[in-house]
Amino acid sequence: MNWLETVRAGLEAVRAHRMRSILTMLGIVIGIASVILTVGFGQGAQQEVQDEIDALGSNLLIVSPGSSTDSGGVRGGFGSATTLTLDDASAIADERVVPDAERVAATTSTSAAVSAGTTNWTTSVVGTTPSWLGVRTRELDSGRFFTQAELEQGADVVVLGPDTATELFAVGNPVGQTVSISGRQLTVIGVLDSSGASSTGTSEDDQAVVPISTAKSLTGSTNSSVSTIYVEATSVETLSAAYQEVQSLLLTRHGVTATDADFSIATQDSLVETANSTNETLTVLLTGVAAISLLVGGVGVMNIMLVSVTERIREIGLRKALGATPRVIGRQFLVEASMLGLAGGVAGVLVGVVGAWVLPAVIDQPVTLSALATGAALATSLALGLGFGVYPASRAARLTPIDALRSE
Amino acid sequence: MIIELDGIRKTYRSGSIEFEALCGIDVGIDEGEFVAVVGPSGSGKSTLMNILGCLDNPTEGSYLLAGEDVSAMSETQLAEVRNKQIGFVFQQFNLLSSLPAWRNVELPLIYAGVPRAERRERAVRALERVGLGDRVDNRPGELSGGQQQRVAVARALVTEPAMILADEPTGNLDSRSTADVLGLLDELHTAGRTIVLITHEHDVAARAGRRLTISDGRVSA
Ligand SMILES: Nc1ncnc2c1ncn2[C@@H]1O[C@H](COP(=O)(O)OP(=O)(O)OP(=O)(O)O)[C@@H](O)[C@H]1O
Ligand SMILES: [Mg+2]
Repeated sequence: MNWLETVRAGLEAVRAHRMRSILTMLGIVIGIASVILTVGFGQGAQQEVQDEIDALGSNLLIVSPGSSTDSGGVRGGFGSATTLTLDDASAIADERVVPDAERVAATTSTSAAVSAGTTNWTTSVVGTTPSWLGVRTRELDSGRFFTQAELEQGADVVVLGPDTATELFAVGNPVGQTVSISGRQLTVIGVLDSSGASSTGTSEDDQAVVPISTAKSLTGSTNSSVSTIYVEATSVETLSAAYQEVQSLLLTRHGVTATDADFSIATQDSLVETANSTNETLTVLLTGVAAISLLVGGVGVMNIMLVSVTERIREIGLRKALGATPRVIGRQFLVEASMLGLAGGVAGVLVGVVGAWVLPAVIDQPVTLSALATGAALATSLALGLGFGVYPASRAARLTPIDALRSE
Repeated sequence: MIIELDGIRKTYRSGSIEFEALCGIDVGIDEGEFVAVVGPSGSGKSTLMNILGCLDNPTEGSYLLAGEDVSAMSETQLAEVRNKQIGFVFQQFNLLSSLPAWRNVELPLIYAGVPRAERRERAVRALERVGLGDRVDNRPGELSGGQQQRVAVARALVTEPAMILADEPTGNLDSRSTADVLGLLDELHTAGRTIVLITHEHDVAARAGRRLTISDGRVSA
């Protein structure tokens, strides 16, 4: 009996108990679909963070207040400490002290309501310097960015992110219009181009950028603390030199040692790493849960195959009497179990693909399907069927023909 | 001699209780013989038949089938012997209810490695031979008892085995069907096959060339 015949006979047996086969496969279907979706979620989230960080530029240093040791997370330091000041930023901008820095942009950030006519929109109001545009590698969609002169006089001007502009001015060109923030009238002088980060709704495209002096007076703040200093190195190669220079400068200025630094410096790479490690932990956890459900599915296959051996014991006896060897009988049950596993796997992949297509719309989370995960899931389902089919198959193979024939 | 039994014993063991169903059988059967095995219920006829058919192993003694020692064979070799040399007809028909008649008949050919197209052809021919040429696609449930047993006979002869073993093949049949099945066995015997037939009925046994009477696990006459 060759393999083709064995597979054909297996298909017949699976079809003969259609309902039971479907229920048996269900465990595998759920397991495979959840593995594919959890891996997809993990990769989707990773991709999202990656895109956002990529948009930062690869030769950028991000200096935040607060130490990295006590804040832990990527953005934990933001706004939670006031140890960085405008003077720090100007010191870094000094070419003699930090020769490897190309440009420096200090920013403050607060959340505020912006209104245009009767339309209100809450967004983050970023105060910064004219160098911000270049440092953050942003482009303007229309209008212009503010100038050094406007920065020095604290001019009433604002540059809107593309999403913010759309929210506030559904029709017409926002440039030249007036918006009001905290009761103060500001003229829109430009609109930013999209940052290019893949997903919609990232803060990069929804913000109102004003001169930092204007931002200070908007919030009524008299101190000179800033929430982030962006330092652009002259090139990717000089990034680590710039890192050293900025670090030693700030340590000296703040009179602290590296161990109790009151600021932290991140690079694009370090941000990606931190973000990925959090994501990975979650993905591993979820995949573990999915793997357990797969295992349960496998046990289900074994259970049904054992039932099937018992139920078909007379048939097995007859087939042996007619010349079926133990190997042929064993193979028959093994093929049947693998087919249950594989069919469950294929159905699971289908459910996973449909889920990956439907779910992002429902829960607003991207899902990236990976060919590798899908292939691995299919291989796993086949292996599960095979693995859990071995015991029932060997039981069937070992039955002596007379015992099998005689049983009722 | 196709069958040579020498000192065959079979002891059934269930827990601590032992029961000797066959206590030393010495029998030889020539090729082409038609032998009827008779004897009271519980005398060990079926036990003997299972050993002859290589479905069960004797506890003691030697069994030469066509000159080969069966007791030394592995389960895989035994399967091949059953497939090539022996055709079985059981009292309970033992057909697979989910398969149409021709698929039941083709089963031994599958294990003999016969290609698919040829199998169907041979199965249909065997069914025609037992007078069921118009029933090849019917499932066992759609056939009468006599017809089912004729399907079983077709299955036993489809591989052209040297020997046919029939354990009370007419036990569940009326006189008309009994005559049909016995007629078929007669035909096979005439064609040169060795037939071993177990039966209770004397008129059935009368057809055979030789009668082997078993009582209490021994050949008595
Ligand atoms: N698996 C078994 N375990 C224990 N005892 C058994 C087993 N099979 C058969 N026997 C016993 O062996 C004896 C012979 O049984 P066997 O089936 O060979 O009888 P038989 O001659 O075919 O009877 P019948 O004409 O009623 O079919 C019986 O007493 C039976 O109880
Ligand atoms: Mg009997």
